[in-house]
Amino acid sequence: MRGSITLEELTVSFNGVRVLHGIDLAIGPGETLGLVGESGSGKSVTWLAALGLLPPKAKVSGRVMLNDRNLLDMPDSKLTGIRGGRIAMIFQDPVSALNPMLTVKRQIGETLALHRGLSGAAIKAEAKRLLDLVGIPDAERRLNAYPHEFSGGQNQRVMIAMALAGQPDLLVADEPTTALDVTIQAQILDLLALTQRETGMALVLISHDLGVVSQVCDRVAVMYAGRIVEEAPVERLFEHPAHPYSQGLMGSLPAIDGPRRRLTAIGGTVPDASSLPAGCSFAPRCAFAETQCHEQIPLLAGIGRDHSVACLVSEAQPSAAIRYSRQKEQRIEA
Amino acid sequence: MKMSSLKAIGFRAVRSLVTLLLCVTLVFVILRAAGDPSEELLPPETPPDIRQEYRVQWGLDRPIVVQYLNFLSRVARGDLGESFASDLPATELVMRAIPKTILLGGSAFLLATLIGMSLGVTAALRHGTAVDRSLIAAAVLGYSMPVFFLGILLILVFALQLRVLPSSGSSSPVHLILPTITLALPLAGRVARFARTATLEVMGKPFIRTARAKGLGQLAVILGHALPNAMVPLLMFFGIEIGLILSGAVVTETIFAWPGLGRLLVDSVNMRDLPVVQAVILMITLIIVLSNLFVDILHALLDPKVSLARTLGGAG
Repeated sequence: MRGSITLEELTVSFNGVRVLHGIDLAIGPGETLGLVGESGSGKSVTWLAALGLLPPKAKVSGRVMLNDRNLLDMPDSKLTGIRGGRIAMIFQDPVSALNPMLTVKRQIGETLALHRGLSGAAIKAEAKRLLDLVGIPDAERRLNAYPHEFSGGQNQRVMIAMALAGQPDLLVADEPTTALDVTIQAQILDLLALTQRETGMALVLISHDLGVVSQVCDRVAVMYAGRIVEEAPVERLFEHPAHPYSQGLMGSLPAIDGPRRRLTAIGGTVPDASSLPAGCSFAPRCAFAETQCHEQIPLLAGIGRDHSVACLVSEAQPSAAIRYSRQKEQRIEA
Repeated sequence: MKMSSLKAIGFRAVRSLVTLLLCVTLVFVILRAAGDPSEELLPPETPPDIRQEYRVQWGLDRPIVVQYLNFLSRVARGDLGESFASDLPATELVMRAIPKTILLGGSAFLLATLIGMSLGVTAALRHGTAVDRSLIAAAVLGYSMPVFFLGILLILVFALQLRVLPSSGSSSPVHLILPTITLALPLAGRVARFARTATLEVMGKPFIRTARAKGLGQLAVILGHALPNAMVPLLMFFGIEIGLILSGAVVTETIFAWPGLGRLLVDSVNMRDLPVVQAVILMITLIIVLSNLFVDILHALLDPKVSLARTLGGAG
């Protein structure tokens, strides 16, 4: 039975500095969730923490629930059965994420042996099938090749094959296309979407690239400075972003239709995790910030169907669309 | 690929020969410059005519260039001359000493690798803790202790005070213990420090995280993923260490009267026994050249990114 995965109040600190401030996130079976935000916003840390892959000095609390079991309470020996088996993860730079000293067959075979109990000829046959599946040409012969004999895009395909080998319920793809050429990016995204449809697994796509997320995902969670600031179905978020930060992200995207307009950048920089502002972390960069924003930390609250936002000002606003136009006026003034 | 490998092996063979020739020449020149062997070997009161007869008999009266060329042509035929001191062929003395040095050096190498690797890897896995710090301190103590001091200390404690281990000779396996420890401890310290650095570096690599994300346990990650990557720098390190072991063996063998190459070298230098000194140096050079060749071939075999042609040189 495929279960859903729920993160509850997940927090992470490094050396006493809190980088993740209570993440609540649920991924249903077969669902595709995009996790967007600038680098350092905690997208990757969230999932590394959930799988216990952070270095020992990281303090993790909260719950990561899978079939009524909390992964964070599990001893490492139990967790190894989850990693790669129930939840697989692929990483940003496939060339350095694969072991340069081991053949592709060995690296895919390890997952097959661990989670599917295969051995010998069965491993070879299944590894070949997986390489075929992810579109590596001449898979039979390439089984004994090493990562440096593949291109970056092919290495990411190998990574995907390796992740699929464990037949996971959830695949977490951490910036899977960032290190690749733009033409290859689209291929890899198509491959991810295709394999997801075929296997029925859930997919979490971590990216700083809204275009990538909109291409693949059903639902998007926007992260800022270690918190989720907005969560909505992908169309809803693109049409009616409620959080000023999400609006800023949308404003920095070029529109393919409609009048040509100047792209806007969000002023300022992401605050350092060790010196966050007292109130909303985005307040110092926010055009709508009021006094209360600098004093009170907003909680994530529902504002419509499947749409929630963590913003004190947005509730006072009647509609996101109006605020969006107001932001435009301000831009003209500036 | 095949052709380039052959070319590389040929290139390397020529380079090794040149190294050997340079060493032999250097030794020949230095030893001849250090004085006339006949003065050292014969008693001071020897009449000049007997001394002269002796010099003619050993070819010491001929011009140095002739001596050198004679020497080279004999070396090429595998004849390194006879010992001035014992009338035995120099090669036979060297051949008798080699197994002893290989036994001592080999067991010290094994012991040092065993201790050094396990301590180094342990320190790396407990990086930043008290365990790590105390292991580093022990390693520094190990490799900064001079061999002669450590050897004499061990003799004082285990041979003179406790009287449990023999201090000199090589007649039984027990005799091997003290010299092995003396030679191994400094090396173990260096191995530990190097293994720690190599492990730390590899464990921080993204593919280690991938291996863990796959569901491999700690041991499988270390043995299956970290170790193969740490092997290459370690191999390079061991290649350099072989020379250091041999130089350590000179001192160790002298302290413990271990009849190996090192002691033979010191004895024959003291007696100006030129043929033997030359034979020993030639043999030590040969061991180092061959072991480096072995290391390079092993590197090409271990590292899929590197071809034989690249490790042996002369490629492209």
